[in-house]
Amino acid sequence: MTARTTNQKAWWLVAPVVVLVAFNALVPMMTVVNYSFQETFGDNVFFWEGFKWYEELLRSERFHDALVRQLAFTATILAIEVPLGVAIALAMPRRGPWVSVCLVLMALPLLIPWNVVGAMWNIFALPDIGLLGRLINGLGVDYNFTQDPTSAWVTTVVMDVWHWTSLVVLLAYAGLCSIPDAYYQAAKIDGASAWSVFRHIQLPKMKRVLTIAILLRFMDSFMIYTEPFVLTGGGPGNTTTFLSIDLVKVALGQFDLGPAAAMSLVYFMIVLLLSWVFYTVMMRNEGT
Amino acid sequence: MARITLETLRHSYVEKPGSDVDWALASLDLEWTDGGAYALLGPSGCGKTTLLNIISGLLRPTEGRVLFDGTDVTDKDPVDRHVAQVFQFPVVYDTMSVFDNLAFPLRNRGVAEPAVRERVTEVARMLELDGLLARRASGLSADGKQKISLGRGLVRSDVNVVMFDEPLTVIDPHLKWVLRSKLKEVHQRFGNTMIYVTHDQTEALTFADQVVVMLGGRVVQIGTPVDLFEAPRHTFVGHFIGSPGMNILPCAVDAGKVVFDGETVALDSPPRAVPAGTLELGVRPEFVRFAPDGIAVEVVKVDDLGRHQVVEVRRGAHAIKLIAAEGEAIPSERPRIAFDPRRARVYADGWMVEGGASR
Repeated sequence: MTARTTNQKAWWLVAPVVVLVAFNALVPMMTVVNYSFQETFGDNVFFWEGFKWYEELLRSERFHDALVRQLAFTATILAIEVPLGVAIALAMPRRGPWVSVCLVLMALPLLIPWNVVGAMWNIFALPDIGLLGRLINGLGVDYNFTQDPTSAWVTTVVMDVWHWTSLVVLLAYAGLCSIPDAYYQAAKIDGASAWSVFRHIQLPKMKRVLTIAILLRFMDSFMIYTEPFVLTGGGPGNTTTFLSIDLVKVALGQFDLGPAAAMSLVYFMIVLLLSWVFYTVMMRNEGT
Repeated sequence: MARITLETLRHSYVEKPGSDVDWALASLDLEWTDGGAYALLGPSGCGKTTLLNIISGLLRPTEGRVLFDGTDVTDKDPVDRHVAQVFQFPVVYDTMSVFDNLAFPLRNRGVAEPAVRERVTEVARMLELDGLLARRASGLSADGKQKISLGRGLVRSDVNVVMFDEPLTVIDPHLKWVLRSKLKEVHQRFGNTMIYVTHDQTEALTFADQVVVMLGGRVVQIGTPVDLFEAPRHTFVGHFIGSPGMNILPCAVDAGKVVFDGETVALDSPPRAVPAGTLELGVRPEFVRFAPDGIAVEVVKVDDLGRHQVVEVRRGAHAIKLIAAEGEAIPSERPRIAFDPRRARVYADGWMVEGGASR
């Protein structure tokens, strides 16, 4: 055998990444895993509980309700934001001075902090002093998001649509802009209708960015916390208590760290699983 | 099928064109005969694509008219002009099968399905796509996709003209030959008028019966490949076509004699009067040879290309290229060259002086 000098110093080069990942993902995650199997009453005293919290959680009606609410909310905003975003992107000018105006207008809602969005809509929609609330009630519709579940739901959905449709618009617009002129010219010569152009050129070319848009919007809306917290605090009753809000109630409100940790992990697994399903479904025809 | 006439066509992409540079097409009068195979040749930015898009109706000319068989179609949409256009980059509808791609223009026009099937099968066989009809178009290679683009133009039986905008740019070199001969075959089979835009002279000369050479938004010469080779009307044509291009040398005309660098150059029929403008002598390397009684030069470089040799010689500050036969001895002692008196021409401000040279 030839003598080979072994030099392990290269490990130092990956060390910063290892440390970073350990501290921002691995350690907190494992702490949560640790909590989820134990009971604590403070003072760093822990009792082993096994799978008790998981079993309780999976049987808990409160968790089921929050999950259903969450799924309903996410499905609703996806069903609105994606088609609406694509429609707006299609309507935006492709060249000329109005392009930047439109882009800035679209980007504005994205730049507003979540809690500000919640506060804005809270005041905007108040039935007694808010512009929107007064207007709707003035039109004869009984609207009060602090007391009526339907009003609260509609307000939450509209707020999210207002805040996040822009993201879909910008991504879809980027996809549209990447289509070479030759495609439109060929379609014109082939006698394609506007619908055919959308169906066979624009939609397939937007597919990748739309996949990203849907994934982002799915994950983000599934973890929504700040806006409904500021707007309704999860109410009236529990009608807008989505998973995150419920989780915070359990963890910080009731200080049940064990059940909260189990819930966090299940929550995380659901997000992961659904993201994977979305991605697989949308990418299944790529590259064949 | 149609005869296409372009009447005093001008086009500018600028809102209010002022000076000459604003015009992408300066002024064009052209007639394309029915069933001809034309090449539109010129450097990038000379207006080739603009002209093509005006003929197909994707662009509306700023001035002038486009006539198909004498009918004014200037205001008509591409669909109503019944044209086909193949673009530089292959355009296929990714989500459709090859069959559906080819059927798309027919279905859009409401052709009955049995007729669609028949036409698509025929065109696919012609383009050797018949084994791939069930495949998704997005999975094909670049040349396969370009064949689909071409096929979508050919399936319609009412096509007036098929236009190609540098269609072989993204095709692998060894497939270019295959596709080019396919185009020739298609032309012979269907007899469509075809216009082929390119900046590659080999493509233009092998494809076309007539070559239209453009420069700066103008047509400088229309002719057969032989015309362009033997009698370039403009020094640009001489330089652009041929490999190596034409030698262009400063000259003077004095009392019916053409003088280059102090030496009289014999021409069969030199210009009678002294033409105005900057005078140049143009002669292709093919028509320069070594001759004992010619102009004294020195040899700078010899490139042996196998079938012939390209020799670069120098006379003062002027480089001259000539082509010598394979195995021909290059004189090393006091070489002298002579220009073929039938093929050397005088150019004034770039344009050939008429009546100066005989054909």
